[in-house]
Amino acid sequence: MKILVCISHVPDTTSKINFTNGDSEFDTNGVQFVINPNDEFGLTRAVWFKEQQGANVTVVNVGGPDAEATLRKALAIGADEAIRVNANPTDGFFVAKQLAEVVKSGNYDLVIAGKESLDYNGGMVPGMLAASLGYDFINSCINLEVNGGDVKAAREIDGGKETLSTKLPLVIGGQKGLVEEKDLKIPNMRGIMTARQKALTVLEPVAANNTTQAVKFEKPAPKSAVKLVSPDNLDELVNLLHNEAKVI
Amino acid sequence: MSILIYAESAEGKFKKTAFELASYAKKIAGETGDTVTAVAVNAADASQLGKYGVDKVLNVKNDKLTSFNAKAYADVVKQAVQKEGAKIVILSSNTDSLYMAPLVAAGLEAGYASNVVALPESTSPFRVKRNAFSNKAFNITEITTDVKVLALAKNSFGLVEASGAATEEAFAPTLNDNDFSIKVESSEKVSGKVTIADAEIVVSGGRGLKGPENWGMLEELASVLGAATACSKPVSDLGWRPHSEHVGQTGKPVASNLYIAVGISGAIQHIAGINSSKVKVVINTDPDAPFFKVADYGVVGDAFDIVPKLTEKIKEFKAQNS
Repeated sequence: MKILVCISHVPDTTSKINFTNGDSEFDTNGVQFVINPNDEFGLTRAVWFKEQQGANVTVVNVGGPDAEATLRKALAIGADEAIRVNANPTDGFFVAKQLAEVVKSGNYDLVIAGKESLDYNGGMVPGMLAASLGYDFINSCINLEVNGGDVKAAREIDGGKETLSTKLPLVIGGQKGLVEEKDLKIPNMRGIMTARQKALTVLEPVAANNTTQAVKFEKPAPKSAVKLVSPDNLDELVNLLHNEAKVI
Repeated sequence: MSILIYAESAEGKFKKTAFELASYAKKIAGETGDTVTAVAVNAADASQLGKYGVDKVLNVKNDKLTSFNAKAYADVVKQAVQKEGAKIVILSSNTDSLYMAPLVAAGLEAGYASNVVALPESTSPFRVKRNAFSNKAFNITEITTDVKVLALAKNSFGLVEASGAATEEAFAPTLNDNDFSIKVESSEKVSGKVTIADAEIVVSGGRGLKGPENWGMLEELASVLGAATACSKPVSDLGWRPHSEHVGQTGKPVASNLYIAVGISGAIQHIAGINSSKVKVVINTDPDAPFFKVADYGVVGDAFDIVPKLTEKIKEFKAQNS
């Protein structure tokens, strides 16, 4: 099985979010970048397939040279090789087109992406990629088993889960549940050393249209101070929730 | 021209988000001079949408579509868009709608903006405000294609009743076998409990509750309020509560009217996930807990003392006001 894991290079979840250049760009100053958490669950599952069932795992990112550190980390976790498509990932449709090209030329059977990235939260690349390849697509995937060409998977639904079956080739929009938090791998020294020797290929993008454009960013308005209620006066809390906030 | 919404239903009944989408679309239609068409699948009473501004409902009745299938449903919506010549297509942020939206957009070669939180800032150029950076910021996105697909964030517009009635039209899109290549084997749903996605009120517990055995009082508070229960990431990682209750940046997002956090300190990732909730209440022993910075109302004190008392107070309030 040939697996392609799509990796977004995103700010660490604890990052302070600021903008620059007239609020038109994310301010990367002092920000630590990581593998998008939803992608990391998928990567870990892919490495599990490699170790348990035999698979070749390639990681891919559409981004600038600064994303290479993130790809190296994915190699250290256990991917075999990496590809970077040298383009600014400003539009989901454009990114999906770039990834589709990588999938076609590499004949991947299984493509695992995160259901959304934690920076733009677009939630569109995996679905658009599947549509453009004509592959099946399972989103919010929380369990994935592959046996030969047969796939059993589960996806999260509102208030529960649904078990699905299909066949490869397939695109997954993954999240926590593909593996558990405790199964995530911290690269060890050997992994980091061998990652340096693994191939990281840089491809130039293919021509594709942008369908959207981020015009500007805004931060939420500052919040007014919390109203404290004494634990001995909970009637007041009920009153505020009813008469002021009007939520009960 | 028309604006098309996908009106999601479950077991024939429209979800509340269907009415919110209708209200939102009606408002845009009022400004652009369009009409609002809804496409619904196996809905029992399509006329309900008229109350929220829908002019016409394309009601698809098809046994093959009894359970949700993203590819087939996306095909239904695509064909409805083409039939109506719609230029603006609006879906909700429910799990199923978010699953199918990129398939719809790709099939129509349309630009897609998810997490939309307000009416378009302008319709020419077409610009919408959306949540980004896990609710830590907004992003104004311009969609540059002829057809535009939007997913409206839950609870971001509300319901607006309109006068008028919806005409119902049978609609039988062409479906092919390939639409059903993914089979649903089984589904498990918690019954009799409010889900986090549908809940108007969410009661959430953190490590401050000390152990899974102490969740009874939260469940009771939730039950009195008709609320869903949720938990912080550490609680789900410790296995005190199921993953499906984990809310936050890497868990489920919450956009309820009221979010009550009990014994949750308020890590930045947790806040990101619940920040779209309208009113936030925190109960915590530590007055310096970061949650107090983002909450609307706070009680400093012991949850084991406060939660049962609050439950009683709300019971009394409900008894007087029902």
